Amino acid sequence: MNASETEQMVEDETAPSSRAGAPSPLSAAGASGDAHITIRGLSKTFGDAVIYDNFDLDIPRGRFVSVFGPNGCGKSTLINLISGLIEPDAGTIRFDGKRLRDTNFGYVFQNYREALFPWMRSIDNIRYPLKFRNIPRAEQKERVERLVERLGVTIDLNKYPYQMSGGQQQLVSIMRSLVIEPEVLFLDEPFSALDYEMTLFMRDQLQALFMDTKTTMVFVSHDLEEAVYLADDVMLLSRGPAEVADYVNVGIPRPRSAATISEDEFVRVKAHCLEIFQKLVRGT
Amino acid sequence: MKILSKILGPFTPLVGVAILLLVWQIAFWVEVVDHVLLPSPASMFISVWQGMTGGQLLFDFFRTIERTALSILYAGIIGIPLGIIFGSSIGLYRSVEFVVDFFRSTPASAVFPLFLAISGPGDATKIQVATFGAALVILFNVAYGVMNARKTRLQAAKVMGAPRFRVLTDVMLFESLPQTFVGLRNGVSLALIIVIVAEMFIGSVDGLGHNVLDNQMLFEMPRMYAAIFVAGALGYSFNLLFLLIERRYVHWSGR
Repeated sequence: MNASETEQMVEDETAPSSRAGAPSPLSAAGASGDAHITIRGLSKTFGDAVIYDNFDLDIPRGRFVSVFGPNGCGKSTLINLISGLIEPDAGTIRFDGKRLRDTNFGYVFQNYREALFPWMRSIDNIRYPLKFRNIPRAEQKERVERLVERLGVTIDLNKYPYQMSGGQQQLVSIMRSLVIEPEVLFLDEPFSALDYEMTLFMRDQLQALFMDTKTTMVFVSHDLEEAVYLADDVMLLSRGPAEVADYVNVGIPRPRSAATISEDEFVRVKAHCLEIFQKLVRGT
Repeated sequence: MKILSKILGPFTPLVGVAILLLVWQIAFWVEVVDHVLLPSPASMFISVWQGMTGGQLLFDFFRTIERTALSILYAGIIGIPLGIIFGSSIGLYRSVEFVVDFFRSTPASAVFPLFLAISGPGDATKIQVATFGAALVILFNVAYGVMNARKTRLQAAKVMGAPRFRVLTDVMLFESLPQTFVGLRNGVSLALIIVIVAEMFIGSVDGLGHNVLDNQMLFEMPRMYAAIFVAGALGYSFNLLFLLIERRYVHWSGR
């Protein structure tokens, strides 16, 4: 499948929901001409459940990719495999040809409460990953200050995480993953534990951050609106073993805002994704 | 009760104390039991005062503190590292779980004769038995603290590039601290019980346990009550001390 086919699929809402073994995103990455993460022959089973079987994928550089799909299709497993939290049974994953251990990457967990270190002040939480990167103390401090300034963070980072609201904690968690200036940022449903008001605010924070840094981002979401709103590309995964059911470009210009959600193009892309999703859930 | 705590403010917890003393005083007045067996609260407090200002009671008090503190110190030195080692490997823990659980459930008083036979009736025996009991409690709690470390936190350290050893020292250790303090508090209570019992029956010449039994035999009831009171206060203080340390250094616990 090439770039024009991808566009066609967006228009043709009756497009087949899955094509056996079709490595569609390979060419999706080809569309932007530059694969950042290459996955080849990835396999993973949990007990009897085959989650990935000889899975290929290219994730394009400098794009925001949302991963969406039915429950248990392996959305989170995918980024956990890529980021080394889970060992694959087979397959290779390369970042610009490099291995994971030679790659600077960030990971934002869904459960900020359990991901932050409550015995450290927030500022020390943010600084923590720099300890393993041979960065002098003075520069560590400088880096955190620069990050605070760039994000326009006004919360008191001398507080302990448990003294902060959920949104503030997740912001600290995101800052901790950004302070190393990652090449890739993985986010596993980062806003799902926040209330709606905070979610809207955090989406825009993340979008601004993406526009500012152009860091490749892989964002797992269980909320279709959020997935489409933030994405350059929405990757729809099918269930067991996971395959890319569709790879949808979202051409809506940034910055997107609350008004975007009611625009025709947004509604159309979302409806298309929803239709594919429903087919996947029904298993037809 | 709401009104009561509003009027009394921070003194609310003293209500129970006042009621207890009042009931005791009334029981004394109406002579529920012989005055020899149940002296007045005042005479007990006088005995406490006399004993703790340079009397035998003060000396025994310090001897008991010394033995209990040594026991909990040794128990910590043994129990905490072992707990971390066993807790960080599920397989290892499962293989020793039964033994730990069995001895933890064995009344420490039952092993007194064994330790007596090995170490004789000296001071060392008392401290050994108390250490034995407390170390098992501490080990058990630390191991559980380590085993129940939040998986997400360990993963977070890993994705941030922390080497295995740093995950242990930066995350595991802190994660197990709240449960470690539970173990220490339970351990110190147990150590005190064992020390007091040992002081009563195992060739002792001092300590609060000896003081209580000695005064009971001499029918010096106010002094016996005083020694019991001081033992209670000591147990309470140990617990409070560990709670304060915990609150200071494990400030995130339960939040």
